Amino acid sequence: MAIAVRNLTKFYGLEKAVNEISFDVKTGEILGFLGPNGAGKTTTMKIITCYMPPSSGAVEVEGFDIAEHALDVRKKIGYLPEMNPLYLDMNVIEYLDYSARLHGLKNPLLRGRIKEMIEVCGIAEVRHKDIGELSKGYRQRVGLAQAMIHDPEVLILDEPTSGLDPNQIVEIRNLIKRLGRAKTVILSTHILSEVQATCDRVIIINEGSIVADGTLDQLQRDFRGSEKISIELHADVPNAMTDIYPKLKALPQIETVEYGGQEGSLHKFAIHTTKGSDIRADIFRCAVSENWVLLEISRKSTSLEEVFHKLTTN
Amino acid sequence: MKFDIKQIPEYFSKLSNVGTIFKKELRSYFNSAVAYVVIVVFLAIVGWIYTSSMFLINIASLRLMFEWIPLVFLFVIPAITMRLLAEEKKAGTIELLTTKPLHDWEVVLGKFLAAWALVGFALLPTLIYYITVSSIGELDHGPVIGGYIGLLLMAGVYVSIGLLASSLTENQIVAFIVGLIMMFTFFMFDKVLIFVPEFMTSVIEYLGIDYHFSNIARGVIDTRDIVYFSTLLGFMLYLSVISLERRKW
Repeated sequence: MAIAVRNLTKFYGLEKAVNEISFDVKTGEILGFLGPNGAGKTTTMKIITCYMPPSSGAVEVEGFDIAEHALDVRKKIGYLPEMNPLYLDMNVIEYLDYSARLHGLKNPLLRGRIKEMIEVCGIAEVRHKDIGELSKGYRQRVGLAQAMIHDPEVLILDEPTSGLDPNQIVEIRNLIKRLGRAKTVILSTHILSEVQATCDRVIIINEGSIVADGTLDQLQRDFRGSEKISIELHADVPNAMTDIYPKLKALPQIETVEYGGQEGSLHKFAIHTTKGSDIRADIFRCAVSENWVLLEISRKSTSLEEVFHKLTTN
Repeated sequence: MKFDIKQIPEYFSKLSNVGTIFKKELRSYFNSAVAYVVIVVFLAIVGWIYTSSMFLINIASLRLMFEWIPLVFLFVIPAITMRLLAEEKKAGTIELLTTKPLHDWEVVLGKFLAAWALVGFALLPTLIYYITVSSIGELDHGPVIGGYIGLLLMAGVYVSIGLLASSLTENQIVAFIVGLIMMFTFFMFDKVLIFVPEFMTSVIEYLGIDYHFSNIARGVIDTRDIVYFSTLLGFMLYLSVISLERRKW
């Protein structure tokens, strides 16, 4: 287990920012930490990186307890804080050199690591520029290079793509995916597609508590509400509401049936069924026995957006 | 800050972190205009005091210079130290720095030494006055050497005060003003003795930084003065470390 969080609680004054959360991150996993702003993601990350201690609870990183062995924990972690703070008056190489030295790297290893990071993060063309002159995308790359400079086992990235344009977002995501192959990564975001694009597993956190934990498929399955099946059929009947509607309604596990209108002899219906059921075969058989021509049948389950929305609003 | 005798060897190996921070801070002083402005301002003020007065009294002495530099320190040193921690807090880089594998005291010590060294650099060109005066007339070298040692010690205390002020806020202007007020307080202690009840005068006088400075500047290096400077300096650095650890409360 690369990271083990146990009953972590953090108070800011009287306000409870993080409430008794526990989770594990396996070695090599990319974990998405998802939640609305102010849910407690950043606080949790600040505690894991030993920036501040928890009010209660324990965290272990690579077997080191954050309270007992803070320095060992910090050695194992590469951290990109929220808003990616940087020394704007330093140039890229100076800054990477500084970060590397603070991690105890010495030449010749140090020079090699800087070179490697510049290459991996694609910042070769700006390496002699002051960080203050760089675009946001490049700054983010410099921030990632800094986090990776000592080849840490664990990467903690707090909103690594916030404030970037869509192209930069794609670039940074690919970079994280590439870098994260050999690392354990926790990455926080409030953007769902980010998790879908990069993470193996997701923890959804809301108001300081974990509300969901699992792979994307699991979450989609677990939090699926009713299924929606849209059908389009061809039937020569005088009145759809009396001739088709009751027969559909009589199928098993139906919750509601909505009539979606007709074009000539073409009729549309939206059918909602109970959670986890699939009655497409029943619909088909029904259509065959009634001599309807089934033109379209499609099943749409709850999207992740809907899951997220449901979990993080009260 | 926990102190454990058994960890002393580890503390020494950690001095490389202090060195890294020291170099970075000193470089950023010289990369920005701060260092040059400080050096030039310092040299200009001291030079003006020196030339405008020396020819009046017509004695080969640097006494006036050593009387005035402590006053110049009061304004120059808070300007040097105000950014040290306040800027990092404002920019958020303090979070990067304090999640690196190093102790908070290493951060404080590295930054302190960098600012102190900058004051040292600013003092260097004033040796020109020393050289010119000693070539013009007979100069008593004792008070000059004492004076420079005294200035460095005084600067050390002021820098530690300024660093503490910088650790208290993320606003550099506030850090400057708080630092200035604290330094001024220590500067004034031995100058307000007539307002102080008689039984307290020796205590208040002992607190005054200028009192100890003028002792040393006379060319007499007394352990009492050295103890004063080093305790005050150490205490201020200790408070800065505590203040930096406030985030953990």
